[in-house]
Amino acid sequence: MKARERVGGKVAGYIDDRTGAAKWAKKNLTKVFPDHWSFMLGEIALYSFIILLLSGTFLTFWYNPSQNEVIYHGSYVPLQNLSMSESYASTLRISFDIRGGLLMRQIHHWAALIFMAAIVVHLLRVFFTGAFRKPREANWLIGIGLLTLGIVEGFLGYSLPDDLLSGTGIRIAEAIIQAIPVVGSYIAFFAFGGQFPGHAFIPRIYTVHVLLIPGIFLALITVHLMLVWYQKHTQYPGPGRTEKNVVGYPLMPVYMAKAGGFFFIVFGVTAFLGAVASINPIWLYGPYTPGEISAGSQPDWYMGWLDGLVRMFPPLETHAFGHTISWNILTPGVIIPGILFTGMALYPFIESWIMNDKAEHHLLDRPRNAPNRTALGAMSLSFMLVALLNGGNDIIATHFHLTINGIMWFTRIGLIVIPPIVFIITKRLCLSLQRADREIVLHGVETGRLVMMPSGEFVEVHAPISEERKWLLTQHAQPAALPLPESDAHGTDAPRGIKAKLRARMSAAHAEQIPVPTQSDLKELDHH
Amino acid sequence: MTNSVERFQDPGLPAHIHRKADFDERAAKRAERQVAILFLLSALSTVGTIYSYIFVKSSAKVYLPIMGEQQVNNLGIGIGLAGALFFIGMGAIHWAKTLMDDTEVVAERHEFRSSDEDRAEFVETIKERAGTAQLGRRSLIKKTLGLAVGLVGLSPLVLLRDLGPLPKKQLEQTSWKAGTYLVSDPMGRRIKAADLEVGGVVQVLPELAPGQERTLENTGTDAVLLIRIRPEEFNLSPERLSWTHEGIIAFSKICSHMGCAVALYEQQTKHLLCPCHQSTFDVTRAAKVIFGPAARPLPQLAITVDNEGYLIAKQGFTEPIGPSFWERNSA
Repeated sequence: MKARERVGGKVAGYIDDRTGAAKWAKKNLTKVFPDHWSFMLGEIALYSFIILLLSGTFLTFWYNPSQNEVIYHGSYVPLQNLSMSESYASTLRISFDIRGGLLMRQIHHWAALIFMAAIVVHLLRVFFTGAFRKPREANWLIGIGLLTLGIVEGFLGYSLPDDLLSGTGIRIAEAIIQAIPVVGSYIAFFAFGGQFPGHAFIPRIYTVHVLLIPGIFLALITVHLMLVWYQKHTQYPGPGRTEKNVVGYPLMPVYMAKAGGFFFIVFGVTAFLGAVASINPIWLYGPYTPGEISAGSQPDWYMGWLDGLVRMFPPLETHAFGHTISWNILTPGVIIPGILFTGMALYPFIESWIMNDKAEHHLLDRPRNAPNRTALGAMSLSFMLVALLNGGNDIIATHFHLTINGIMWFTRIGLIVIPPIVFIITKRLCLSLQRADREIVLHGVETGRLVMMPSGEFVEVHAPISEERKWLLTQHAQPAALPLPESDAHGTDAPRGIKAKLRARMSAAHAEQIPVPTQSDLKELDHH
Repeated sequence: MTNSVERFQDPGLPAHIHRKADFDERAAKRAERQVAILFLLSALSTVGTIYSYIFVKSSAKVYLPIMGEQQVNNLGIGIGLAGALFFIGMGAIHWAKTLMDDTEVVAERHEFRSSDEDRAEFVETIKERAGTAQLGRRSLIKKTLGLAVGLVGLSPLVLLRDLGPLPKKQLEQTSWKAGTYLVSDPMGRRIKAADLEVGGVVQVLPELAPGQERTLENTGTDAVLLIRIRPEEFNLSPERLSWTHEGIIAFSKICSHMGCAVALYEQQTKHLLCPCHQSTFDVTRAAKVIFGPAARPLPQLAITVDNEGYLIAKQGFTEPIGPSFWERNSA
């Protein structure tokens, strides 16, 4: 035995003597993970989180979360001798006087943007492939929690430098809190330790940003991954892949090398962005004061849809009995996001209720094979995109020489009109794709080769497809719609009639499919 | 639904295709060299990072197309670090893809549901264990425990009370009073009507008592915009017209929507625009909202001049400035 093996064996033995881990480790080192590019989206989110922890820790060594006023004497000449908060001054110090400080700031900010983007795209992948179905509903909920926390964490993060732009963002957040009926002013005064801006807010959100939320993140991510591990990953349909197996590569060494290598690639790309692509150049904005503002104020992209909703909402306020309710703030800032996120969280349960689906699902859906779900997803996405578009209305107006008013009216109407249109088009598209699949299975693929028949007629030769492809296009189940509820003996609706009818209607919409071609369809064709 | 007998059958996993490096030792050697080169590139990049950290001055600048002017030191450290990380990743993945065994493995999956017996036994166990605690029988314990836990849960609300003072009337107050001088920001000089030309706009603040320091909280409530137009262009009620002076009109600069500084003035149309959410106010009509989400005009400050011709406030604001809140009486 080589010396290295002897040492390794001793260490492993030491651990196993105390934990009995050998049995577990032996089994899990060969755990199988399916391979697909879309499974790497969640990985990107996880790796960005690690990058955020590393770069964020670096930043805390110099950042000073204090709103005390100081006179700046650092090396950035244009701001010298200006009065500013210590948090802004220390962020300038990190950017100009600490070697690698600007790099780490920019890596941190880029990683935050990538983190949020990866979460959103990962969520879309999970939604459109139906990976949220039983038994993975809990992981869907955890994911929604992570997304929500991510938005809050990102907002707090870019508020910390206390520059003119981020201070404006905090001002808006304060206005939203203040708008909450009955208790708004109280919560605002408690959060800010008095009148806005005060001296308490930055130190407080710093604790929340670096300790509280990352702690919750860490716990939720751990559970998220443990569930993936324990429930085994879903896989795409294909030859040899069933609900009863997982086809892929073992954890050691292939998956370790690929996933571990991918971490370094994500980190490398983020570092490259941090090196060459300037982001949030706070020194250009100046220190925060409530009396000033920079034109073209924009939040980070994941807040843009919220800002867009706030911008487009009509000027509605209720004034009655000496009190004011700001619908122009509450509706776009609290009510609509609340409905969207609640709906998103409940979706797995709604879908399983509509179809009375109690089965476990480990094979993913091709989005076209779930037309109603895919159309719902596309519809929601179009709603968000219209809102996001309006979040950048000022930038769009100046870049494309449009009027702000024009864009605002387009998005106000578009927010209501576009999503239903997107729903209809997407559903038709999915059904057309199913029809095309059916065509390919029954008639083969077009070869582009024309043959003249003895009769003089020209026909294009179709080549049959492989058994593997045929299986991929026909393997999915097509659950039938639930039957309409029966009325009771007197011919009137049962007490729960409306609910049951609604369920039957939704179920029928959900079950709308082009029939899967079968071997008997093929045989019938051969007879002709 | 179609009968499963008629459906197409799963042909099973396709046959494994071997890579060149699996049977050709020369191809395998080549792959090994490629992986080694990638790892070496990483090592080289780290050396570049260290060199940049120690030897490149922080003040050195370079112009990059699209990206603009950049700190050389930042670029060197960053690109070095990026390469160091990226090439480790590339090396590992190339290694996995060319040399590690790429045969697909099939693992079985089992339904999570326990057997019916196990479930029934579990329910029995729960019942039996809970029974020994006598939770069902001892209702006094149950009720007092609920009370105790509920109250403990409420205690954070009490403990967080000292986060801040009660708002009282603070959201409705500013430093403006009858006779307060308007002073320019940031110089702090008093202003005469003649200092502002027609078409001009300037930010003003209330003059401080000697020895008083201006806080950001003051600026957040007191900031006022002074705009001068030709007096005949006003379209105001007689009362509001009397709040102006020789075509000079004063509005709170804090947006009545969400409190941003309403800083964009369009001289041609005489519109004030808030850059946050594009609420647009018409200066000639007492800052009436003509577009965007703001529901109320910007509060107007009544101004006049003292004996020497310096601008002063005729009175304080007659309504709370800034965004709405529950206690605001907007009637």
